[in-house]
Amino acid sequence: MLAVDVEKRLGDFTVAARFETESGVTALFGPSGAGKTSLINMIAGLLAPDRGRIMYRGKLLFDAAGKVNVPPHRRQFGYVFQDGRLFPHLTVRRNLEYGRRMYRLKRDRAELERIVAMLDIGHLADRRPGKLSGGERQRVAIGRALLMRPQLLLLDEPLASLDAGRKAEIMPYLERLRDEAGVPMIYVTHQADDARRLATTVVRVEAGRVAAFGGLALLDGMPAGAAQ
Amino acid sequence: MLELTPDEWTAVRLSLRIALWATVVSLPFGIAVAYVLARKDFWGKALLDGIVHLPLVLPPVVIGYLLLISFGRRGPVGAFLADWFGIVFSFRWTGAALACGVMAFPLLVRAVRLSIEAIDRRLEDAAATLGANRFLAFVTVTLPLALPGIIAGMVLAFAKALGEFGATITFVSNIPGETQTISAAIYTYTQVPGGDGPALRLVVVAIAIALAALVISEWFARRAGLRLHGD
Repeated sequence: MLAVDVEKRLGDFTVAARFETESGVTALFGPSGAGKTSLINMIAGLLAPDRGRIMYRGKLLFDAAGKVNVPPHRRQFGYVFQDGRLFPHLTVRRNLEYGRRMYRLKRDRAELERIVAMLDIGHLADRRPGKLSGGERQRVAIGRALLMRPQLLLLDEPLASLDAGRKAEIMPYLERLRDEAGVPMIYVTHQADDARRLATTVVRVEAGRVAAFGGLALLDGMPAGAAQ
Repeated sequence: MLELTPDEWTAVRLSLRIALWATVVSLPFGIAVAYVLARKDFWGKALLDGIVHLPLVLPPVVIGYLLLISFGRRGPVGAFLADWFGIVFSFRWTGAALACGVMAFPLLVRAVRLSIEAIDRRLEDAAATLGANRFLAFVTVTLPLALPGIIAGMVLAFAKALGEFGATITFVSNIPGETQTISAAIYTYTQVPGGDGPALRLVVVAIAIALAALVISEWFARRAGLRLHGD
């Protein structure tokens, strides 16, 4: 489904990764600084690899040799950033509707209500992001990414900036997302626990390379906390 | 004593018109240049930056003279615009607006550029993943977030345009009713016997306009700030 084979130099650090995933949740798992975010940015189209190819569902998104580089606004991949990145000048409602407007999708009240209910953000509609708690902000960010009807959902450590309580508050939403929404996900994390709870496939990233690739068994023996 | 004569009113109205046109017409160019300077890296960026700032460091008379030889009737640009579009700058109020716009340009660009640089670029990335192309991301995210800086830049530019003297008088002279702004009128009155009264009245008007512009901009900036940080 998603086939990534890329190389990118970033200063004196090189990301060179190759993996393929099927539907479900793929965890990009590895320690901080392993190049996970660069990798997901390349999938999103925010960072151009130096060489290699990225294919999704048979469609070529990037090919250095053939000079193909589909811009992010044509990939229709939802992206939940580590820091939310809600638009501070727009209300929660306008943030949620932003992707639908930009992709010129038809308004779908039932879908909006379903996602708002799933994430429990209905009561926040008229607030601005500055007045939300960290957990609320991430839930809105997830809703915003879902409402543009993504082909693929990219989540870059969406829980990393939250404390344990907030994290426990959001985890069930992510599990429901996996079980109900039917959108394939790439989930970046350095927590073995999170990967274990959510993932169906694991890509272990170390020092810019794919160290191992396979099922949840890859996480066996990993300590519950952060990757080393 | 504070009753303005028709001639003085003419100068006040003309000044406002010139400053307003100078600000409004230079605004899109100012935003475009500010965006390019804030967000792009290209060959010759330092040169563009330098040219934009020239009016700030050159004597205004030099700018006026440069405008005269390029935008005057026989200047290359002036002749072209007059022949093809019927736009004449020399010794017209439009020329005064051009001179004021050029002199105010660096202040406008500076304020807008600083506010664009303060915006998190990654918000534009977020907009891109949500389906916005560069232009839409600029219009829906960057521009509204830069609004306080744009308003501040417009007020600075307006105030500068209102007070501009050297470049204007060099380029389009000091013709009552056409190019004689408040500043030029005050200068003229101070050169003739008995001109103290009119000069003083115009000084009061200039102060009042400047204060009003500051108050209005403060109000706009506060509203824009509330929109960003309030609820």
